Amino acid sequence: MSGAELPDALAEIRDDFLALTLKERLQMLLEFSNELPALPERYAEHPDLLERVEECQSPVFIFVEVDDADVVHLHATAPKESPTTRGFASILAQGLAGMTATEVLAVPDDFPQMIGLMEAVSPLRVRGMTAMLGRTKRQVRERMHAA
Amino acid sequence: MAVENDTTPKFAEYAHPDRLVSTEWLAEHLGDLDLVVVESDEDVLLYETGHIPGAVKIDWHTDLNDPVTRDYIFGEQFAELVGSRGIDRNSTVVMYGDKSNWWAAYTLWVFSLFGHEDVRLLDGGRDKWIAEGRAVTTDEPEITPREYPIAERSDVEIRAYKDDVLDHLDEGGVLIDVRSPEEYSGERTTAPAYPDEGALRAGHIPSAHNVPWAKAAAEDGTFKPLADLNAIYREGLGLTADDDVIAYCRIGERSSHTWFVLTHLLGFEGVRNYDGSWTEWGSAVRVPITKGAERGEAPLA
Repeated sequence: MSGAELPDALAEIRDDFLALTLKERLQMLLEFSNELPALPERYAEHPDLLERVEECQSPVFIFVEVDDADVVHLHATAPKESPTTRGFASILAQGLAGMTATEVLAVPDDFPQMIGLMEAVSPLRVRGMTAMLGRTKRQVRERMHAA
Repeated sequence: MAVENDTTPKFAEYAHPDRLVSTEWLAEHLGDLDLVVVESDEDVLLYETGHIPGAVKIDWHTDLNDPVTRDYIFGEQFAELVGSRGIDRNSTVVMYGDKSNWWAAYTLWVFSLFGHEDVRLLDGGRDKWIAEGRAVTTDEPEITPREYPIAERSDVEIRAYKDDVLDHLDEGGVLIDVRSPEEYSGERTTAPAYPDEGALRAGHIPSAHNVPWAKAAAEDGTFKPLADLNAIYREGLGLTADDDVIAYCRIGERSSHTWFVLTHLLGFEGVRNYDGSWTEWGSAVRVPITKGAERGEAPLA
């Protein structure tokens, strides 16, 4: 486990998951999955802007924006036949919402391993979420340098 | 009492017609007393988004694999698992899942390790059922737990370990690598768009044929007719039912699909699934590997 403190929103997600049985964790992951917002129109028209997360078993694409106030927005899309992957993306999108670029970069890389999904979902599958977080951070860095 | 077989003409031509059921058959038999329907998917949450009414879920990873050792569960855990899903030793178990039944075939193969007699696949799997607009529900099934006897797992007949593969090479046995051509040639160690499951070397086992598993599946995920399967495996590879065959892929899931085809549809009797597959072979020390599209030759014993 990393020693870094989790930001409040992520800590809350972790605590919520850890308070549940393994079966209930799957249900909560499914709720996250159902809450993944559709892509903003401007990206739906521009699939070229989206980056594929190769490490995920299912096709999932992400795109990160850093706005003028330095706030990060993570957009993601994955097919409804891939609810686990959608759930991972939704956890990150909700957990990182409103954070600045610096705050996102400070999120521990092993956050996906802290939320009790290793047992519920399997370590193999959780790797996809770790990769998603890694790619999100890389895109944040790119946007910061571009600014 | 076993549930009656599906007499669909397409199935009649296969070696073991009793191993398949059609979506029509299943729709008619849902609720039969001795029938348990099992969904096994790649995605651990797909079942929860909606499943065939009454179907129970068995996850290939969290349920069938031992959480510590890289191995399958043993008889005691298997008895507990399937008993909790309402399965007894005489149940007719119909399995289905996503991705043309990759994972359903894998679950069926694991059931076969424990000698569960009546296991069948739903031809076309989850996608066909849904494409036909048949009923799905998110309601949890009502399960009456059953007493399942502790059956010893037998790895001898249908499972191969790495040492078995080495012996098989010495004997000039047939190997079928069911991965994508890119994995076979060694361009990559993972299936396109799949996570890296950690093989240190790329390529294939010398002399292995490359027949990607999906060649046995039609567009709609059903199995191809017998004539097409014969063209691929008998004429294409020159195999006969007497050949001892070992199939492998990356972790043994895609090769379960091929194992099912060779064993139950073509009637080959000596087919084993090497579940260690490339994630073991590609990281093992001093085992022979061939790179490129050519099969390569098995090393002399």
